[in-house]
Amino acid sequence: MTVEISGKFAALREKGEGALIAYVMAGDPTPEATPKIVRALVRGGADLVELGMPFSDPVADGPTIQAAGGRALEAGMNPGRYFELVAGLEVDVPLICMTYYNLIFHYGPEAFVKKCRDSGISGIIVPDLPVEEAGELTAACGRHSVAPIFLIAPTTPENRVERVLSEAGGFIYLLSRLGVTGAHPGEIGASAKALLARVGTNLPKAVGFGVSTAGQAEALIRAGADAVIVGSAFVNIIASNQDPEEREELEKQLEALARELKTGIRNAAGAAAETVPESGQNPELPENRDRGLENRSNTEKFVQYGKI
Amino acid sequence: MTGATISQPQTNNSELSESTGPEFGTAGKYGKYGGQYVPEVLMPALEELEEAYEKYKSDPEFLKELDYYLKEFGGRETPLYYARNLSKKYGLKVYLKREDLVHGGAHKLNNAIGQALLAKHMGKKRLVAETGAGQHGTATAMVGASFGFETVVYMGARDVERQHPNVYRMELMGTEVKPVHSGSSTLKDAINEALRDWVTNVEDTHYLIGSVVGAHPYPEIVRDFQSVIGKEARTQVLEKEGRLPDSLIACAGGGSNAMGLFYPFLKDKDVKMFAVEAGGKGLTYTKKAALHSASLCVGTEGVLQGARTKILQDKHGQILESESISAGLDYSGVGPELAHLSETGRVQACYAIDEEALEAFHELSRLEGIIPALESSHALAYLKKAAESGELGEMVVVNLSGRGDKDLDSVFKLAGRV
Ligand SMILES: Cc1ncc(COP(=O)(O)O)c(C=O)c1O
Repeated sequence: MTVEISGKFAALREKGEGALIAYVMAGDPTPEATPKIVRALVRGGADLVELGMPFSDPVADGPTIQAAGGRALEAGMNPGRYFELVAGLEVDVPLICMTYYNLIFHYGPEAFVKKCRDSGISGIIVPDLPVEEAGELTAACGRHSVAPIFLIAPTTPENRVERVLSEAGGFIYLLSRLGVTGAHPGEIGASAKALLARVGTNLPKAVGFGVSTAGQAEALIRAGADAVIVGSAFVNIIASNQDPEEREELEKQLEALARELKTGIRNAAGAAAETVPESGQNPELPENRDRGLENRSNTEKFVQYGKI
Repeated sequence: MTGATISQPQTNNSELSESTGPEFGTAGKYGKYGGQYVPEVLMPALEELEEAYEKYKSDPEFLKELDYYLKEFGGRETPLYYARNLSKKYGLKVYLKREDLVHGGAHKLNNAIGQALLAKHMGKKRLVAETGAGQHGTATAMVGASFGFETVVYMGARDVERQHPNVYRMELMGTEVKPVHSGSSTLKDAINEALRDWVTNVEDTHYLIGSVVGAHPYPEIVRDFQSVIGKEARTQVLEKEGRLPDSLIACAGGGSNAMGLFYPFLKDKDVKMFAVEAGGKGLTYTKKAALHSASLCVGTEGVLQGARTKILQDKHGQILESESISAGLDYSGVGPELAHLSETGRVQACYAIDEEALEAFHELSRLEGIIPALESSHALAYLKKAAESGELGEMVVVNLSGRGDKDLDSVFKLAGRV
């Protein structure tokens, strides 16, 4: 059962709700545990689930996810088992594969993407693959209807934003800050908000890297995000509950965190609904989603509103 | 004498290399190798670096500055020394390009000076680098101190142990050395950690990469800054012998001393080139690791740390840990341009195992009174093997990429002396 990313976001939009995207490493602590973990996340309120495929040299990951990848590899995870595992997951949320390019390159981009589609995966994120090198992957994604999801960073200049958006599918992954993955509790910085404000697209905007609390999730949705991506906070829970005897406790904690995060997201949606001004009146606020303007660049929008 | 053809002699840095205007998605490709496989965060930094490099590489002021520091700080030019005892023993003329005499004890400073000057012009405040043998870390520490950068060097924990004199040296010059415990705790893992640092601090930090590896434009920049080796050697050998050598030999970890020597000779079709990789304990594998570092010889195509190149990987595409007695060659990848040149046959990839390198280490010490780095000892070991087979011709230039002081502890330990 494959759930498409666009369908999921459309449904959430109907409800006026932001999305929680949960990331965990497939195979951590064992391949057998992953389906239960995913179901716990979905029970708690995860709207989409990203499953990491472990790679030996994850340059975009901080210590938490590096360690998770190490445990998964140790437990015997590999691309073949990954696809089997994913195909056997019976959850009604979109599944996204996150991995590094060498594994895809080695498998063959065409075969890899086809296998993703056949296993029920609807999007792929490759953190070490910028658009410049992504031609083969995006072409295969096009052939097999898998969304190629790209990242935009606080350092990405305007002309690159356009270039990335022109290749991107599914949702756009905005980095809340510079750096590698890892939980950073604390206030959401200005850079995430600035990025949300300056990236104009009709793709849903998801913010990740460092998001770990309900307060942060709420703040991001208020600032105009359609989704928040939380990884290391879940992975930390898995890291401290490795005992096979304690799997129920692990599932309980994961579900509880997902619920807490989703509650934060819902709070923001409620608040936003109350405060959203009438369409077209306050273009600086990203809460203002005039869908008709979404696919134009920010500059065009400002021109439209007579600001420039 | 074999009459090698002589193309235009090149002078020192009157130019670094020809400009290329890359099209979208074609930046830094060497055949099918190279490219820019890095997180989006770094793409603007790579663009900035490329722009700066394109601007300064033909700027007479910059080149003057570069030459000044290479000479006055680095001690260039280095001699092309006729190793008369080795020559006699092996029955062919052996010249050693004495990069061991560069300040710091290895060729690494050539590149460190160039990149530090670029970083200064780009307004960066901080340098990060990876190091294997500690030679590149030392070179970075030297330019960091001299040019006033805050400097952080990542070094695999295993290398910290086997090359600790270099750790002291870096610390003396004010560099923070951060041991890396992930993976095999060697060079590849240090590069991962340096990349993570750069991703985090990209706005004020320059990643001073130490070999012809990584994403474009690094392989090109490092090659150009190291080409001073080959430019000098070419001029020197023509002066001494009135002809070009039949062969060039250099060890290859990432490949910077090899590319530096080879590049100015590429158009000299009759000059053979040998890149000697670390054969470790032999070209075999355990489940998780290669017992060698011979990615050119037996690696397969893949994407590692920014570039498509030849790498050591398992059947799923997981990177294998590598192995070598010499920390500077202990790497699962290799520079993309060298991978390309080896595939086209212009450069011959070969290897020497630990034991052969050790033997060559002792031999050069005793015969010539020069203690080579364990890395360079691999080039010398191949010289010994190939001299017998006659494939080197009558005159050869070996890149003596570094001196062996840093390796004394390891070598004495192996000899049971400590
Ligand atoms: C003396 C010496 N030679 C060679 C190398 C290998 O590097 P490359 O292949 O880039 O020259 C090193 C690296 O640390 C070194 O210290």
